[in-house]
Amino acid sequence: MSGIAATGGRRLRESRTVRVSASLLAIIALAALLGPLISPHDYRDTDFNARLQPPALDDFRVFGSDDLGRDLFVRTMSGTRVTLLVAVVASFVSLVIGVAYGAIAGYAGGTVDAVMMRLVDALYALPFIFLVILLMVAFERNFLLIFVAIGAINWLDMARIVRGQTLALKEREFVDAARLIGVSPGAILVRHITPNLLGIVVVYLTLTIPQAVLVESFLSFLGLGVQEPATSLGALVNNGVAHLERAPWLLLLPATLLAVMLLAFNFLGDGLRDLLDPRHRSQ
Amino acid sequence: MLRFALLRTLSAIPTLLLVIVVAFIMVRAAPGGPFADQRVLPPDTASNLAAAYHLDESLPQQFWRYLSGLARGDLGPSYHYRDYSVAELIGNAVPVSLLLGALSMLLALLVGGAAGIAAALRRNTWFDRGITALAMTGISVPVFVVAPLFVLIFAVWLQWLPASWSGGNGLQRLVLPVIALALPQVAYIARLVRGSLIEVLSSDYIRTARAQGLATTSILRYHALKPALMPLVSYLGPAAAAVLTGAVVVESIFGIPGLGQLFLQSGLNRDYTLVLGIVIFYAVLVILLNLLVDLAYGVLDPRIRER
Amino acid sequence: MFATPYIKVHDIKVQVVDSRGGRLGRRSIAKPLSLLVVALFAIAILAACNAQPEFGDYLQRGLAADPESLDPHKSRSTEAGDVLRDLGEGLMGYSPDGELEPRAALRYALSDDGLEYTFWLRPEARWSNGATVTAEDFVFAFRRLVSPETAAFYAHSVADIENAADILAGTKPVQALAVSAAEEFVLRIRLANPTPYFVALLSHPSTFPVYAPGAVEHGDAFARPGRFVTNGAYRLVGWQLGATIDLQRNEHYWNNAATAIDRVRYHVIPEPTVELNRYRAGELHVTSNVPSEAFQRLRKERPDELRVAQRLSVYYYGLNLTRPPFRDNSALRQALSMAIDREVLAGQIVGRGEAPAYSWVPPGVNNYEPRRFAYAELSMEERRTAARDAFAQAGYSKDNPLAVEIRYNTSDANQRIALAVQSMWRDTLGVQTTLVNEEFQVLLSNVQAMQVTEVFRLSWSGDYNDAHAFLQVLQSNASSNLAGYRSEKFDNLMQRAAEQTDAERRRRYLEDAEQVLLADHPVIPLYFFVSKHLVSPEVSGWGDNVLDYHYSQHLSLNAAN
Repeated sequence: MSGIAATGGRRLRESRTVRVSASLLAIIALAALLGPLISPHDYRDTDFNARLQPPALDDFRVFGSDDLGRDLFVRTMSGTRVTLLVAVVASFVSLVIGVAYGAIAGYAGGTVDAVMMRLVDALYALPFIFLVILLMVAFERNFLLIFVAIGAINWLDMARIVRGQTLALKEREFVDAARLIGVSPGAILVRHITPNLLGIVVVYLTLTIPQAVLVESFLSFLGLGVQEPATSLGALVNNGVAHLERAPWLLLLPATLLAVMLLAFNFLGDGLRDLLDPRHRSQ
Repeated sequence: MLRFALLRTLSAIPTLLLVIVVAFIMVRAAPGGPFADQRVLPPDTASNLAAAYHLDESLPQQFWRYLSGLARGDLGPSYHYRDYSVAELIGNAVPVSLLLGALSMLLALLVGGAAGIAAALRRNTWFDRGITALAMTGISVPVFVVAPLFVLIFAVWLQWLPASWSGGNGLQRLVLPVIALALPQVAYIARLVRGSLIEVLSSDYIRTARAQGLATTSILRYHALKPALMPLVSYLGPAAAAVLTGAVVVESIFGIPGLGQLFLQSGLNRDYTLVLGIVIFYAVLVILLNLLVDLAYGVLDPRIRER
Repeated sequence: MFATPYIKVHDIKVQVVDSRGGRLGRRSIAKPLSLLVVALFAIAILAACNAQPEFGDYLQRGLAADPESLDPHKSRSTEAGDVLRDLGEGLMGYSPDGELEPRAALRYALSDDGLEYTFWLRPEARWSNGATVTAEDFVFAFRRLVSPETAAFYAHSVADIENAADILAGTKPVQALAVSAAEEFVLRIRLANPTPYFVALLSHPSTFPVYAPGAVEHGDAFARPGRFVTNGAYRLVGWQLGATIDLQRNEHYWNNAATAIDRVRYHVIPEPTVELNRYRAGELHVTSNVPSEAFQRLRKERPDELRVAQRLSVYYYGLNLTRPPFRDNSALRQALSMAIDREVLAGQIVGRGEAPAYSWVPPGVNNYEPRRFAYAELSMEERRTAARDAFAQAGYSKDNPLAVEIRYNTSDANQRIALAVQSMWRDTLGVQTTLVNEEFQVLLSNVQAMQVTEVFRLSWSGDYNDAHAFLQVLQSNASSNLAGYRSEKFDNLMQRAAEQTDAERRRRYLEDAEQVLLADHPVIPLYFFVSKHLVSPEVSGWGDNVLDYHYSQHLSLNAAN
């Protein structure tokens, strides 16, 4: 009795974390979208008379200004935009590759599956992050490269998970039925298997996005991300480090926002996974 | 067992080759070169330099030269630090990086493991929830946020510890970087250990032991702990990879002359051989670690060994 | 990346528990683990104890980067030069105030045709292992410098020696080099053409003698602690990459009695703020730089320790003359140059004592009076008016505005300057400027290709104290002529200056050449760099000079409390 009640309560609590973190993320995303519109400042405008101003209410300098006199609030918000955009698109790239790869491997089975998964194993051993650093160091940095780089890291997990799910789905009655009435393997994959993967894919997407956020800000932190005057949260943190002593808000504000965002993403992903897939529930 | 290890080692060779090819192409396709400077070299000097480093050969020729050097265990000379060989430069940086990485992993295992066990034993209490929340925070706050905050708090405001590697001596200068690097791993390990210990504790044979009247400590010590820590072994591979990645950031924040810094610099200097050397070193390290983890599994779990 | 372990958890736990149950658990994992802990901490403590001895009679100097090499022929960075000037000694050297004087040579003479130098070496000069420094050591070093096999960065700097160019090109053997030992202590160097700044070149580390047995025995890696035999005031005793370089008094040095400080330690500290903190903590006597954020404060708080001096180095915007809009449009180039308020730029945007640049050759060059832009005497308001006129003459106006791109390598300072120039051009001429920042190597390769660049940021430093060091850059055939400047008039004047043995006449040709150059506006010099150091009150003997050379052997430490 008590066990069942406890489970029910926990479900509720977990869905509360899902609700809270989802709304938090929505607020952040909204602020990132609208913030620059509300503020009188532009993220590129420099003001050599207002360098390293601490946060203040007048003139809407709520986050203060950076070493070039640019408004930190607008920069943080547009940096959040960039970080989110890069992360979401990159995750989507990894999703497309991962789902296609995993579903094909899982559905085909046998030698094809073995070879394909062996390749994934091999790729796991690559020091990806170093190749990505190399990529970013060596070439002109642009968004496309960042997407490709992050997508290339993240699709492996997705492929493994999708393959596992496909293996299970393949044995289900409705797939057998489709096969019996002569539906082609391609059509089965697209029409019957993929829609049923949706749940797990969505859950893992919410777990992939924070990883992509992390990689993007990691690269930006190393100065290998987006180009000035555009910015991202990682680049802002990096700039904050340089002015640690004289202007700690340059570090504290973007760093806090980044941490809160990642926390919300992780809670959301965890919560969703628990709701959807009780096997992964932490007891 | 031996056959398994041998097979795994052999299967790593194509992976390694892939790494080398990709890195070689990338570093060579990059604009600039190891000897480029705004003080542009006169044509004669430039061509003498190119000849001395075989940069005047075709790319496939150079690649072949590099590979055959590699086969002899020769990583070649550095193009930037012209007195040094790549092997020497890597050998110089590795002890620093290794010390940093090993201490961090150790700290993470000890603290994370202890926290995880404690949380599992006090399941669903405030303590457990606190640990879980802390762990989530640890996972979410990236190292490049934690490390500067540490510097701000402990070096700038409190002035307890040096802000950089060259600002202190011995253990002192290791404290902040090691903790910063360990923190996310502490969180992961605590979560992992907590979850798996809870599952073990609720299994039938532990219940049997408990029914026989064994004390909690001896159940833990003799029955539950080892199986509960097994998943940690498989986590060590990814954890080591994460520590290596984090080390790049930590080294740049604290100015530590380790491999990560060397790698970034070598990329910026277009030090072709050094870039390749470090990428290969990392690849081998990751492959080796994964192999070790698998072997450890074989030793610890007889069922896998027999497979 | 991290999802894998979670998935494995479930499968494995069940297996282990089922198969072996409790028996496995009895072998405690605590013991090996604690052994590991002890071992690692032992390593950490050992590493800690390995820390070098403390302050004492050391001169502690900051160094911005590791030298890429201490082989005189394989290095080229200023950092390598700084360390090498302590370790080695050329025929010539500089006094603390930057006066050129004979060093390893006692005196020298130049033949009447201006082509043959004779150097009389100090017979008492010794290598750090006690061996005598002879003319043969110099012959060996010069041959090694120009040998194609060595591929020395600075090989071309002595290309004026007879046959040097042919040896570099591989058409003559190194033995053909016109550097010879007439006697044990008499060195002859014959030039292909008169080169008045040649003696100044002989202070450069690339012309230092090399200890032949060492170079033969250790091949390319002779410049290492324990191997490197040097002829300067110090010898190399330690080099930990990324950390420290240790020098110790060379007891065999001919002027050893004048060396005050026994040990010098260079600390590699790339970050100026870190360097400042260490200086403030009393860990450094001399810094290699001063962070710009702290400059104004330091000027107030430590005026006596802050040493700022003009340097032979110019920060400039190059214009790509091979493509529109700057090709054949000198009026436009002049308009852009005039519209920049260099006083504001140097005084406020950079703001560390830098001088605004109205010439290409920096002030402070020996035996030379830099020419100035014709408009340098006008007020800024008059310049703006003149700039607008020139802009209109070039075919642009508010209705037909110029859109241009400034490329610079990513850095805070470069960005600040580019932003300031952008607004000056906009306010005066209505120019629409796009800023493009690139990684340095990318910028360099774009600039060299001359395909996409319009305005690009670079700088130039003189390796020797002579106007030629700056003017030669813009000769048509110079490899560093990245603006693509081609002027017959300029080349002719430079050629005439090169053929001239009379110092006064040569000087006039060079000054005329600069005049031509400035009128053509192939580059926009913005400001001249300054050297910035913090020098502890404990240090005496420090002299400011335009080359920013500060030999440790000239310094001494006051009896520290």
